[in-house]
Amino acid sequence: MIDVLLTMMAVVVFAMINQRNLFAVVVLGGIYSFLMATVLVALDAVDVAMTEASVGAGLSTVLLLGALYLTKGEEVTEVRRPLIALAVSIAVGAALVYGSLGLPAFSDPQAPIHTHVVPRYLNDSPKETGVPNVVTSVLASYRGFDTLGETTVVFTSGAGVIALLRRRRRSREESEK
Amino acid sequence: MRRDIVLRVIAKILIPFMLLFALYVQFHGDFGPGGGFQAGVIIAASIVFYAIIFGLPATRQLVPEWIVESMVASGVLIYAGVGLVGILLGGNYLDYFVLDHDPVHGEHRGIFWVEVGVAVTVSGVMLKIFYMFAGRRRDEDNG
Repeated sequence: MIDVLLTMMAVVVFAMINQRNLFAVVVLGGIYSFLMATVLVALDAVDVAMTEASVGAGLSTVLLLGALYLTKGEEVTEVRRPLIALAVSIAVGAALVYGSLGLPAFSDPQAPIHTHVVPRYLNDSPKETGVPNVVTSVLASYRGFDTLGETTVVFTSGAGVIALLRRRRRSREESEK
Repeated sequence: MRRDIVLRVIAKILIPFMLLFALYVQFHGDFGPGGGFQAGVIIAASIVFYAIIFGLPATRQLVPEWIVESMVASGVLIYAGVGLVGILLGGNYLDYFVLDHDPVHGEHRGIFWVEVGVAVTVSGVMLKIFYMFAGRRRDEDNG
């Protein structure tokens, strides 16, 4: 099941690389996110799948379409072939694949992630927090500081977008005066 | 798309259910999948859906810009405020078990308000970014 989905994702990625029409690329990006969400459902990570479907396939597609409305719909073909960029991407990809060889086997019950704090969370979380969904109790209670940091990151990104887009509008008004 | 009656009717039927689903994801996140982040995105998505069908000016009247901007900041403040209440009631920062006589109920209460804060900030930021991008061409035409 997951193999089929991952193969379809690879096909979508190659279609995105070859496609020059940016509208089609945005739609393919939405399809990619939905496939990713399906993979996460197959891995029983429903919370993450929900986030991927709503953010990746939903809102970011709308935002990219909004950005596309402000630009031209066709990708400009490169005059030179970007060989250095290709070499850097291949080198980083190879390093990541090499790093993944050291990871424990897929769904190995003896992997460190399953033996460190996970048993304590799974056993004690319903008693300690009264929340049956362990994802929620880890996110909001055991790892409350991390989630506070994440919320601050979301806030900062919003503040950054406001600062960038607003200043441009104001400077145009000033230049007209 | 503002003239297409099918889209308008379908949107008016669907948007209440989308908002209801967002509330379900928010408040049922303790028991099933979901939580503040997902609920915030679904709220923002339903309002973006409204904006696509009915246009940005109508949406700005429905959800004014100042509400969205104050949501961006107030969510983080709610989250950080839960931590401060924990200190005032004699615990450490972000200790939830001091929020109620029963420690388990206190944890539940803390998680509830923290998730509310996450949802408020996330939906505010998503909507604000959408407003900013969608409003650009229109501002350039006017100015």
